[in-house]
Amino acid sequence: MYEFTYHKAESIEAAIATLQQSDDAKFVAGGQTMLPTMKHRLASPSDLIDLGGIAALRGIEVNGDALVIGAMTTHATVAASAEVKKLIPALAGLAGNIGDPAVRNRGTLGGSIANNDPAADYPAALIALGASVKTNMREIAADDFFTGMFETALAENELIVSVRFPKPQAAAYMKFENPASRYAVVGVFVAKTKDGIRVGVTGATPCAHRGLRLEAALNKDFSPAAIDSVELPVEKMNSDIHASAEYRAHLVKVMTKRAVTACG
Amino acid sequence: MPTVKMQVNGKSVSGEVESRTLLVQFLRENLHLTGTHIGCDTSQCGACVVHVDGKSVKSCTMLAVMADGCAVTTIEGLASGAQLHPMQQAFMDNHGLQCGFCTPGMVMTALDIVNRNGNNLDEATIRKELEGNICRCTGYHNIVKSVQAGAKAMEG
Ligand SMILES: Cc1cc2nc3c(=O)[nH]c(=O)nc-3n(C[C@H](O)[C@H](O)[C@H](O)COP(=O)(O)OP(=O)(O)OC[C@H]3O[C@@H](n4cnc5c(N)ncnc54)[C@H](O)[C@@H]3O)c2cc1C
Ligand code: FES
Ligand code: FES
Repeated sequence: MYEFTYHKAESIEAAIATLQQSDDAKFVAGGQTMLPTMKHRLASPSDLIDLGGIAALRGIEVNGDALVIGAMTTHATVAASAEVKKLIPALAGLAGNIGDPAVRNRGTLGGSIANNDPAADYPAALIALGASVKTNMREIAADDFFTGMFETALAENELIVSVRFPKPQAAAYMKFENPASRYAVVGVFVAKTKDGIRVGVTGATPCAHRGLRLEAALNKDFSPAAIDSVELPVEKMNSDIHASAEYRAHLVKVMTKRAVTACG
Repeated sequence: MPTVKMQVNGKSVSGEVESRTLLVQFLRENLHLTGTHIGCDTSQCGACVVHVDGKSVKSCTMLAVMADGCAVTTIEGLASGAQLHPMQQAFMDNHGLQCGFCTPGMVMTALDIVNRNGNNLDEATIRKELEGNICRCTGYHNIVKSVQAGAKAMEG
């Protein structure tokens, strides 16, 4: 890892100001992706701005019929939260199955979605629940947030403040996990919302996406059997040492069926 | 160079570090607490697990400057003199180690498991909770037994 200048930001404004004054600064949240990336020299920022001291970025609030979770809230906190378990138990379950306990004690919601790893879990939940991402500048719908592999709609000087998750009528997340890292080979989040069934798929393609064909089938008939006749575009699926494109296409359907069953 | 101050195993310590110094390097190289091991340096193996403000973290994936002002507990902080901590004793009694390389991380993770799940742990819980700790020797079976026995012994 190359040397850099470390800053501990006290407020959102201070974090943005430091970013603007620096050559090539990056935020660091839990560091569970950022530090490994820097060790590999895939990133070598001039400055690292630690968001860990900003109280306004942490915490879980119930706001009407929605959960608002601060960007710096760790996976362990989300998994253990009584509010999350009550309002959106599938989200608590998802957070509780990210990586391992030590990763969950440091890794954060904001870091996960800003990074947008193609195999990350949270993006599927944001998409299926119709969540919105609040930044220091604006509010971005999940549908518009995840734009490509490791790419998001965030601008250079934009910092994620919190994510708003509307409560669904029912929801479930099923992941076929990589046995070493626990990242999703394929993960499918199914939600029954007031606007119908929404499906978020991660791991399958270079960027998490809405499963529109799956949604169409499930909006007609919310049953596992409805998935049988859905044709998925194999040519768009990832293919790597963990799973071929054909296998991933198969897994998307299997995980969707399991999630539908779990929704009850 | 930044200066960091923290409580390590109950003692106040401070030192000058580079920004990029990992917490595990600070513990091993500045404080000579070499009980915390580096197995992979890539956040996979858990040999470097310590507690920061009471929570388990992989100290190879945290900067020393991030732990400034925190309370850190390492494997060296568990025994009282020659008297092993009940979790350490359980690893000894149950043959929970062979080469011992993974053991400090296993024990620190085991204590975190007890903190969150209590003293009555079933095998499935222990195996799930140990997902971030890799052992190349034991095949895990005796580690699971050790954690279960250690958790029980901590109740008394
Ligand atoms: C062994 C291991 C296993 C893992 N398994 C899984 C898994 O099963 N599923 C899964 O989903 N993830 C997994 N992860 C990733 C983990 O969830 C990380 O915590 C997450 O990807 C990054 O979160 P972080 O808080 O550590 O962010 P950091 O690493 O600190 O930052 C990541 C990126 O986000 C940016 N960033 C951080 N916060 C903000 C913010 N508020 N606003 C704007 N930009 C920001 C940073 O600048 C950086 O570019 C695993 C990681 C490890 C090491
Ligand atoms: S050395 Fe830290 S996880 Fe392996
Ligand atoms: S006892 Fe040798 S690695 Fe676990």
